[in-house]
Amino acid sequence: MIRAVIAGGLALVLTARFTTAEPLTIKIGYIGRAEKKTTISLLDLAPDNDGLAGVRLALEDNNTTGKFLNQHFSLEEARIKSGTDPTDIVVQFADQGISFFIVDLPADMLLKVAEIGRQRDLLFFNAGAIDDRLREEDCRPNVIHTAPTRSMLADGLAQYLVFKRWPRWLLVVGSHEADKLFAEALHRAAGRFGAKIVQQRVFEDTGGARRTDSGLAQIQRQIPLFMQGAPAHDVVVAADESEVFAAYLPYRTREPRPVAGSAGLVPKSWDPAHDQWGANQLQNRFMQSFSRRMNALDMQTWSAARMIGEAAARVASGDPQAIFTYMKGPEFALAAFKGQKLTLRDWNLQLRQPILLADGRTIVSVSPQEGFLHQFSELDTLGIDRPETKCRLK
Amino acid sequence: MPAQIAVEVGTTMWRCVSFGLCVAAVLAGEAKAYKAYVSNEKSNTISIIDTTEKKVVGTVKVGQRPRGITVTKDQKYVLVAVGDDDTIQMIDTASNKIVDTLPSGPDPELFIDDPTGRLLYVANENDNTVTIIDIERRARIGDVEVGVEPEGMGLSPDGKILVNTSETTNMAHFIDTTTRQVVANILVDARPRFAQFKDDGSELWVSSEIGGTVSVIDPVKRAVMHKINFLVPGMRQEAIQPVGIAITHDGKTGFVALGPANRIAVIDATTHQVQKFLLVGQRVWHMAFTPDEKYLLTTNGVSNDVSIIDVAALKVVDTIQVGELPWGVAISQR
Repeated sequence: MIRAVIAGGLALVLTARFTTAEPLTIKIGYIGRAEKKTTISLLDLAPDNDGLAGVRLALEDNNTTGKFLNQHFSLEEARIKSGTDPTDIVVQFADQGISFFIVDLPADMLLKVAEIGRQRDLLFFNAGAIDDRLREEDCRPNVIHTAPTRSMLADGLAQYLVFKRWPRWLLVVGSHEADKLFAEALHRAAGRFGAKIVQQRVFEDTGGARRTDSGLAQIQRQIPLFMQGAPAHDVVVAADESEVFAAYLPYRTREPRPVAGSAGLVPKSWDPAHDQWGANQLQNRFMQSFSRRMNALDMQTWSAARMIGEAAARVASGDPQAIFTYMKGPEFALAAFKGQKLTLRDWNLQLRQPILLADGRTIVSVSPQEGFLHQFSELDTLGIDRPETKCRLK
Repeated sequence: MPAQIAVEVGTTMWRCVSFGLCVAAVLAGEAKAYKAYVSNEKSNTISIIDTTEKKVVGTVKVGQRPRGITVTKDQKYVLVAVGDDDTIQMIDTASNKIVDTLPSGPDPELFIDDPTGRLLYVANENDNTVTIIDIERRARIGDVEVGVEPEGMGLSPDGKILVNTSETTNMAHFIDTTTRQVVANILVDARPRFAQFKDDGSELWVSSEIGGTVSVIDPVKRAVMHKINFLVPGMRQEAIQPVGIAITHDGKTGFVALGPANRIAVIDATTHQVQKFLLVGQRVWHMAFTPDEKYLLTTNGVSNDVSIIDVAALKVVDTIQVGELPWGVAISQR
């Protein structure tokens, strides 16, 4: 009976606790990566529950709301190794009645699960992969992206560096594929916002351990040597997603210049130090549950699970199609402690979001910067915009 | 701005001289002196403003992060929620000194006292509860579980229904104050921050900061009857973030603070149409009427000042510098 009323969309008011009917259960699956990235700083090593903790907190939040609406959210979790076939776990989850998947997997694996899901009407949230191609030539109609793209991150940083009048960048790029992609995004950002890359250098990854007993003596000598002879520059920008060298740059450059990009001033969707716009409350809740502060990946997974909760509350239904349609519509807004509502770009299903610029201790600034205008949404000054998109959702 | 007021007073005087009723007219035209208490979130102080002189006449140091503020019904105390100290401090209005604290839950933000002035209902953001405090006994006498991040607190004029808004659950929770049970939950737009009943109890207004709207709720039907939208020419929609609400005693005019849009929207509270926007300071949070409803004071978070609006003229007539990041404001009744 209660469900019938909900389905009718008339149940704006529901009496709490008097409801005895079985709650509507909405099942969510989380698929994360089994392995952790090696980092230069111990402080940057991802905790075991990185990302998963974000989903769990959002489930708690959804269920607190759900108890007033007779909705319940459940979670199944799995981790898989990079390069393995994700088919089995997706099928297994789908067989359990899961329609919503929050996924932190590399781009190719994400595309594979999206393909499996298409035949079964499953909806995926890409919470981990920042590759622009997943929102461009490889976009999929059943994949929503809560992770920002490399181009959004690069644009967020570039706007601030231009605001600071630090337009001359010395770009140092790692030798891995992801590093090159970030460097491409930084080139694009420099071109869009009026900065100049005065020179690009490649820092070859010759292998080797991040931690050694002989310590830092060599690094202190090697970094200035690597950077000698560079043309005049205002800032050193590093593209090192692979964590090979960037964290070694601050305070070790040849010229006394600030460092940004993969170290120093880092653009990201969230930071453990973020406390503005009520974020303190979210950080406190997170700390109570997990004894640590919230990371960017946690925010990206939290946002995905909250999007499901928010849409389910609004449409008063667990129907994946109804929820998906609502998320794409003009009424949808996610409050995510970033000072303004987050919405979906309807042309590629990317979540619009401000980009935080963090120095590891505090939030230095939040982009878009004042003065970077846009006819539709200033958040669309970050990343690849509608007129340039290669995405065709079909 | 003070010059403009002087001219007005001068005109009144000139007029009354010509009619030979000078003294009486000036006295009648003069606003009564009230004290406005402004919580400065960053400087951890309360600025005390004399609303006639329109200047800061005192500053009280309080605990960490003062936000929600009210004057008790008996006018003896100013209550201020100091969120980062997890308590509510009581300032003696005679001595302007902190004399006691109230046992709120963690991170209190907004609260409201009941019509008798005996009970205080407090939103505790950190543990999803509304706490009920006996002010006289300084004792916590009950808790009500609500949604995620409780914030706005409104009370029906008869004191029977308490409304709490939860910022992440996006609901207005109706709580029966006799049974202390949640009796209804109404979905509103994202991040509801403030709840205000009309004095006759006919309407409840709830502002949604991220949603950018004010929901007008029928308290009997317990349903949203209307949503007020705000279109400020030349301003991007994301900057319109409604927070504080004030409605005149006659229920005819509503005022809504639009946060980073730096404006107060004036609303015909009968038709729910926006009449005009008043430009105030930056990042306007909350507001309060003087008891004679002659003035409305707004706290402007980023410009560190308070705007004074002439309610009849619907004009900003003065700006007063206060502490850093002013947030809440409450005005004494005498």
